Amino acid sequence: MIWLTWRQLRLSALVVLTTVACFAIALAATGPQLANMFAEAPEDFFDQLGIDDTKQALFDFGTGLVYAVPALVGVFWGAPMVARELEAGTHRLVWTQSVTRTRWLATKLGLTALAGLAAGLVGLALTWWCAPIDDAIAGGYSEGGMLLTVPRLNPVLFGARGLVPAAMTLLALALGVTAGLLLRRTVAAMAVTLVAVVGLQVALPQLVQPHLGDPVALDQEISEETIRGIMAGGGPGSGPGPFQRLEADLEKPGAWLLSQQTVDPSGAVVDEFPAWTTDCGGGRDAMAACLDRLTDEGYRQQMTYLPASQFWRIQVLETAILVLLAGGLTGFCFWRIRRDL
Amino acid sequence: MIEFHLDGRSGVAPYQQLVQQVRRALRLGILREGDRLPTVKEVVAHLAINPNTVSKAYRELELEGLVSARPGVGTFVTRTLADNTLAAHGPLRTDLERWLAKARRAGLDEESIEAIFDSTFRSALREDTA
Amino acid sequence: MSTVIRSAGLGKKYRSRWALSDCSLEVPSGRVVGLVGPNGAGKSTFLNLAVGMLAPSAGEIEVLGERPTGRSAPRTRVGYVGQDTPTYAGLSVADHLRLGAHLNPGWDETQARQRVARLGLDPKQRAGRLSGGQRAQLALTLGLAKRPELLLLDEPVAALDPLARREFLQDLMEAVAEQDLSVVLSSHLVSDVERACDFLIVLVDSRVQVAGDIEELLGSHLRLTGPRRDPATLPAAQEVVTASHTDRQSTYVVRTDAPVLDPAWEVSRLTLEDLVLAYMSRQALARADARPSLEALR
Repeated sequence: MIWLTWRQLRLSALVVLTTVACFAIALAATGPQLANMFAEAPEDFFDQLGIDDTKQALFDFGTGLVYAVPALVGVFWGAPMVARELEAGTHRLVWTQSVTRTRWLATKLGLTALAGLAAGLVGLALTWWCAPIDDAIAGGYSEGGMLLTVPRLNPVLFGARGLVPAAMTLLALALGVTAGLLLRRTVAAMAVTLVAVVGLQVALPQLVQPHLGDPVALDQEISEETIRGIMAGGGPGSGPGPFQRLEADLEKPGAWLLSQQTVDPSGAVVDEFPAWTTDCGGGRDAMAACLDRLTDEGYRQQMTYLPASQFWRIQVLETAILVLLAGGLTGFCFWRIRRDL
Repeated sequence: MIEFHLDGRSGVAPYQQLVQQVRRALRLGILREGDRLPTVKEVVAHLAINPNTVSKAYRELELEGLVSARPGVGTFVTRTLADNTLAAHGPLRTDLERWLAKARRAGLDEESIEAIFDSTFRSALREDTA
Repeated sequence: MSTVIRSAGLGKKYRSRWALSDCSLEVPSGRVVGLVGPNGAGKSTFLNLAVGMLAPSAGEIEVLGERPTGRSAPRTRVGYVGQDTPTYAGLSVADHLRLGAHLNPGWDETQARQRVARLGLDPKQRAGRLSGGQRAQLALTLGLAKRPELLLLDEPVAALDPLARREFLQDLMEAVAEQDLSVVLSSHLVSDVERACDFLIVLVDSRVQVAGDIEELLGSHLRLTGPRRDPATLPAAQEVVTASHTDRQSTYVVRTDAPVLDPAWEVSRLTLEDLVLAYMSRQALARADARPSLEALR
């Protein structure tokens, strides 16, 4: 059974695992240099990194690869596992040998999961390599503007770091096998798996991740230094109007800003800013005076965020959820395969 | 060595066809005492028939005392049916050929010749048994 | 006579359609059994139930004394060659043998290799590039080298040309002569399996129409032709299978163990194909009989 699994998977397994292994070697080779760069001159770190094309390319490629691995495993290993057998009728050959279907699936799923896990662990390797970058961001050395300077807790990068990619790979595999069992068509199962995995990768950070952390609330004083953006004016063609919305900078390096709003002295969320803010458009000094006046009248900017320190806690929780889901689907597969097919 | 064949339309059971073919071969001198019959496996591989059919035919031949099976070696012919009559075959055939020529001269076609032979053969048999 | 397969009230339902219902039959051991019936009679479903690919919806089935879907299912003792003889297109002939060796504890490597060599198959050839006949031979090799006590073949020759069909059956019969095994072979054509089998089960609409030793069946079925006669006047020992009448003449197919002595009858033997067709048309008539009552209501 082990031999058969290997024989059927070997080509695509070699492609994926070789790619991942080469990437891991590249990370291992360049990681110490990156750590040195940061240790020697933390304040110049991002400037130097900005002109180091190799490391930037590694970062970009790595992030892409780590996001792609679950989809690849789900689509090319998971979906065809049962669907191709059903489609070609070979299930009638292999399931009538002396090995039970349960053992057939257990061996195939087990070995493929191991291979997938090995590929998924590239997320950990990337996390290790990026440690200096994350330290630099946490140290407040970043000025933003590049993918490199996005905190790892941010939804854009969170799923490419730590344990989540490995867990996502397992879930994608289970999704693929389930889709194959239900749809019985390889191509259809592959398409559904691809959509499901990408959908999860997009939806999870938005819908689930914020609830896994313990959000911290912060009242920020409104001033020229803290406010980053102002939206003002009435509707189109109606001329100048009062402020409609303020956006402040979160002065917490590495944190993920979940929401912000302006509250009035009574603590209620501001729906309409005072009418006098209509006249704040007269240059920088006037604007600063207006912002100070808002503070004087008791307006504050209320913010909630997830601090950088909660990164691993959220990682572990999300990993647990994904593994549980994968386990559930796997259980279903074992139940289903014992029924008529 | 004899090669068997089967006629699917004859209505005669396959094992009986095998028995008849051995008997005919013995009668015509194609098979002689001491000859080995093909093994069950050989017949089966050749004709794509059930091995039990071949075994049954060989058992019947053995019961008739025409062949004997030596385990592990094969089935061998022990007796021939040709001994006394073989010499008479030639003159009989010449007579028959002469009769056939006469029939053709009388204007009988093949079908009529077959019919007259068949009916005479059958009625003669009936008289014999009666 | 011991049995290798025994089913009682066996039924299988797909969604709302019964593919097999109330099927009770016994397959004797040590025989080459032809399971013959028209398409849709439930032959495939029956074999799939016997090999444990499907679980019964009703009734029960025992194969070599065990339930095929149970914990002690006789997996190592039953070989199966599926319809259209599936093989892995991407795997070579040698790979298939390795597959068999890895997946079966009782695998007979020597036999498998010898068979492949004798069939003239190139071990390096991919199964996807084999002809239909060669693929069937490869599937049969897998089924035989497992050294089963019972080999089930689901329409193995249906898709083959006459030559490949012949070669496949020659090969199968040779294996039966060599190994001590029971075989069940399904087909919708009697002529395919006539010579290879020594026991026949005719299945129509899930029902066993007739089952028995082929020679006994041929010996006990007769066609009687003569002046028109009511079936009620036939002796009780003559079981009527089919009857057809013209104004003056009656033709019966009867099953009887005693000789027919009535001089009014012209008696002739049946070929196996005629015999099977007689039983099939009887079932078709029974079905037609069940319907007119509905039509009469309209």
